[in-house]
Amino acid sequence: MKNLKYLLIGMLFGIILVKSEVISWFRIQEMFRLESFHMYGVIGSAVITGILGVLLIRKLGIRTISGEAIVLPKKPFTKGNIFGGLIFGLGWAITGACPGPLFAQIGSGFTVVIVTLLSAVAGTWVYGLLKEKLPH
Amino acid sequence: MNPIQEPWPWYVAGPLIGLTVPLLLIIGNKALGVSSSLRHICAACFPGKIPFFNYDWKKESWNLFFVGGIALGAVFCLAFMHNGEPVQLNEATITALKAQGVQEFDELMPGDIFNWGNITSPIGLLFFVTGGFMVGFGTRYANGCTSGHSIMGLSTLQWPSLVATICFMAGGFVMTNFILPHLMKWLLL
Repeated sequence: MKNLKYLLIGMLFGIILVKSEVISWFRIQEMFRLESFHMYGVIGSAVITGILGVLLIRKLGIRTISGEAIVLPKKPFTKGNIFGGLIFGLGWAITGACPGPLFAQIGSGFTVVIVTLLSAVAGTWVYGLLKEKLPH
Repeated sequence: MNPIQEPWPWYVAGPLIGLTVPLLLIIGNKALGVSSSLRHICAACFPGKIPFFNYDWKKESWNLFFVGGIALGAVFCLAFMHNGEPVQLNEATITALKAQGVQEFDELMPGDIFNWGNITSPIGLLFFVTGGFMVGFGTRYANGCTSGHSIMGLSTLQWPSLVATICFMAGGFVMTNFILPHLMKWLLL
């Protein structure tokens, strides 16, 4: 039951992704063709809001609702940030979806994206298989 | 503007997406990130003997509820918040895509590409299988996606997330402008 709240937050997140049209393959094309500000506006204002939110949490010493200290996980640098980032970027422009929007595209009725999602799971699995052999 | 039926402008949607970061932290010390769910699915369904998938994924199950919620939220939009209008795209984008063979512009996705009829065709192989594989492989190799790096990582001012985000954009820019147009003309025209 404690996970139900994450289902609800996920629903809100999904509604925002759909209503802002960031799950649209067309919007991704428009962004990478530099023909619309929309996607840059969404991502840019999301980052600024996120920075301010995290800053407030730190400055005010806000804790979680159950009273724990808030932990901000570190993302250590690896060469994967570059190689993996480029591979993901190339794929993002094809599917018109990063992982979050994949789930939202399926929910929006484009059920064939289930195949894309399963392929993404396969890609993740193959990464796990080859991890030790890849440059990091 | 009717906020139920009409699409939301960037200055409404962006801040709401950004608020997800402090919300998840305050609710349960969770870091926003979607691509991890793909790893948890691997760990839950077919971990094999691969060390990368042998961990207690149940401890991270909140993430699976979160992505399930994303799909449900989209279903909710389709049922109650849908205006049935085409996406208001730049005319230049529409013209260029038409020249590359895209015909249907009346929904969020081009229906002539994203339909089950293409599942066994080269179109499906490119847009669903190859594209999906690259998204899954690339995000895990990069240790995060647009949400984990570009939103969460940048919100916490981590420079590796900026490197990753620049690479996401570079890859997308190259594919959209230099590779995909040729592939689409070949497959769709």
